Amino acid sequence: MAELKLTLKEKPKVPVEAEVISPDVLAGKSVSEIASLNVWEGNSKIKIGDLFDIEGSTDGNPEATTIILEGDLTKVRRIGKKMTAGRIVVKASVGFYVGEEMTGGSIIVEGNAGSWAGSVMKGGSIEIKGNAGDYLTAGIRGICKGMMGGTITIHGDTGVELGYWMEKGTIRVGGNTGIFTGIHMKGGAIMIEGDAADRMGAGMTGGKIILMGRTNILPSFFIDGIKKKAKVKGEKIEGPFYVFTGDVTESGKGKLFILKEKNSHLSKFEKYIP
Amino acid sequence: MELLVKNGFLYDPLSGIDGERVDICVRDGKVVEKVDGKKAEIIDASNMIVMPGGVDIHSHIAGPKVNAGRLLCPEDHRTRDRCARCFRNCEIKTPITRSGTGCAIPSVFTTGHIYTGMGYTTVMEPASPPLKTLHTHEELNDIPLIDKACFILFGNNWLIMEYLKEGKIEECAAYVDWVLRAIKGYAIKIVCPGGVEAWKWGGNVHSLEDKVPNFDVTPREIVRGLCKVNQLLNLPHTIHVHAIGLGTPGNYRFLLETMDSVRDLQKEDEPVIHMTHCQFNSYGGVDWRSLSSKADEIAKYVNSHSHVTVDMGQVIFTQTTTMTGDGPFEYLLHQITGNKWMNTDVEVESGGGLVPIRYSKKNYVHAVMWTIGLELALLIEDPWRVFLTTDHPNGGPFINYPKVIAWLMSKRAREKVTRKLPRLARARSHITGIDREYTFYEIATITRAATAKALKLESKGHLGVGADADISVYDINPKKTDPSVDYKKVRKAMFKAAYTIKGGEVVAERGIIKKCKIGKTFWVQPKVSEDLTQSIMPELTEKFKDYYTINIGNYGVPESYLVNHEPLKVKSKL
Repeated sequence: MAELKLTLKEKPKVPVEAEVISPDVLAGKSVSEIASLNVWEGNSKIKIGDLFDIEGSTDGNPEATTIILEGDLTKVRRIGKKMTAGRIVVKASVGFYVGEEMTGGSIIVEGNAGSWAGSVMKGGSIEIKGNAGDYLTAGIRGICKGMMGGTITIHGDTGVELGYWMEKGTIRVGGNTGIFTGIHMKGGAIMIEGDAADRMGAGMTGGKIILMGRTNILPSFFIDGIKKKAKVKGEKIEGPFYVFTGDVTESGKGKLFILKEKNSHLSKFEKYIP
Repeated sequence: MELLVKNGFLYDPLSGIDGERVDICVRDGKVVEKVDGKKAEIIDASNMIVMPGGVDIHSHIAGPKVNAGRLLCPEDHRTRDRCARCFRNCEIKTPITRSGTGCAIPSVFTTGHIYTGMGYTTVMEPASPPLKTLHTHEELNDIPLIDKACFILFGNNWLIMEYLKEGKIEECAAYVDWVLRAIKGYAIKIVCPGGVEAWKWGGNVHSLEDKVPNFDVTPREIVRGLCKVNQLLNLPHTIHVHAIGLGTPGNYRFLLETMDSVRDLQKEDEPVIHMTHCQFNSYGGVDWRSLSSKADEIAKYVNSHSHVTVDMGQVIFTQTTTMTGDGPFEYLLHQITGNKWMNTDVEVESGGGLVPIRYSKKNYVHAVMWTIGLELALLIEDPWRVFLTTDHPNGGPFINYPKVIAWLMSKRAREKVTRKLPRLARARSHITGIDREYTFYEIATITRAATAKALKLESKGHLGVGADADISVYDINPKKTDPSVDYKKVRKAMFKAAYTIKGGEVVAERGIIKKCKIGKTFWVQPKVSEDLTQSIMPELTEKFKDYYTINIGNYGVPESYLVNHEPLKVKSKL
């Protein structure tokens, strides 16, 4: 088990595109080799060595490599892009696109993460101990792609359009979410401990969202019934829940499980239960 | 400045030169008979092909629609297209060139750079609504290196339809003349005649005899009327027609009928109509399941009638964005694919739509579309009347032209793709039975000479004395390379021209831009008699007040807006 420690010397003024910070790229390289790798800072190419103090060593095998990042990384983007194995531990906050298109391994962020964390991820796991930004797991703007697998856990709050075009995988949110949670969702599961803002599940065609807090329901959802328990990946969550199906504007079959206890304003729908 | 391109194998179909070693002398941007061999800059083109600079007759490179596509598809700036691996999706700024992005809809600078890198020097933007042509010119001004012009949409214009309904052909011609001069257009483009106007009421036209709602004219009358107008004004290009029913099964009938509707207007063996992106209009069958290729019928008609020219509109298996003035078709496409869709309405004049699409080999319909484009080019015998296009970006981005060239030149290259197509698509098309392979001479014809001739750009498309010194040099030895076997070599060479010479200067070497400058914008000045123009003005001013939200005085594009433009004076018959 080899550990590599990168400490940010100074917070960059413009965004840095640091897709090379991934166990797959760094594994088997010496400190001096790593220091000479290129990253883009704005429109100029710089060396990693100019940006970070590098200590420790790497293993030839990415699986046995752990990268520890320190310092304010909010301007550093695309950490762990396309990583397949290994571990990245970020001791502070991180910028956009952390774990973009990752297929394996794990990323732990101890601070907050920027927008598009886990963008189009296919496997592996991401844990964010603070808050996450907008478009969690969503593809880039304009593309109809989202999370394809893996798990992502956020202990804090997240922003808008969480799980955009999600196909597979699990998202767990400890806090609250912004508007349009699970927009265009096709599959997979989202679990939210806190409240969800309006328009949850807009345009969803499959998958499920389990909400333990309060929300409002779009008019394009039909009530299915009341269930005592909800299941996510074998784990049973105690309810009871109101179950809604939609979004009918997309002839969708997505399911919303909304905790009955906290959503007394939804009791008006009970008379429509078939 | 003098330049001498030495020892190349010249393919110049307009001068009848087929692969002979001819040196080309250039002085001050023109081809001349002789230059001083000691003073001139010498370009060694030995064992290379020399052709006139490419002339693209139909490629949506500028205008409001293109910009709307950039807005609708921001992912196009990022996603790297697998089919165009050699092209960087993001162009980095250099001391010579500006930066840019995009693949299906590249930004203006990138458009110019890729075209030049491929050896194209003249490109036509085929659909610009008159009201928005100011925008088109702003974008054309920014496209570096290539010469360009824009065709103006007239097929759904209220004023045109009113003139034609009343049978006032001369007044209609005077109006077209006024518009072309006011907004600096090059030719008459007709998109789905009457259909776009009907679409504003939620409908479409379903035959050439359907009446356009509220106007009481039929698509046939619009096409015939504008064809007569075109002849009266003596415009350089024929009418450029996108037929009705585009992209629907069984629409080959409309294409045949549209071509046939102007047959009697032909004079002196000259073409009178150009049917554009015919691939989208050569479908047989009654629904998508029974869709089949009717390229043979179209080719049979074109082979036996000299009044038509066509272009392919080849489909490439790639991600792209469709954009056309044909609003109802785009709505249909949106319904079929479920992709995002944008619809636009241009008051009084036109409309349009946009839908991104991915053409897939596994999709039966897309596979048939692919075969139709090639069948058209291969079955039409006269290369002077069928031109290479992909209807960029509707059939595929123009960076794929070298691929189309390889398919045309090599049966083996075609078979490599055909093998992967659905069995039914292979069975319902004719492509497997066609042995024809294009020669370099024919490729030079369909990409340069014939298009320049169809556009009557007299100084383009050939390298005779007096022509513009737009030259492309490709690193293939035609004596040693057999394109039907070495099609990959041809494709690579065509993608990155060894040298592109524009206006007598080497602007690109091996696809890399060496010099940046702004090309010309062509526009026509037909100029009908002053009396005729004056006679329509009072009525026109009144109609502008009634129909448009802008004043007639603010309608035109002043010459000061155009950077480096060249008006073509033509003598109208009025």
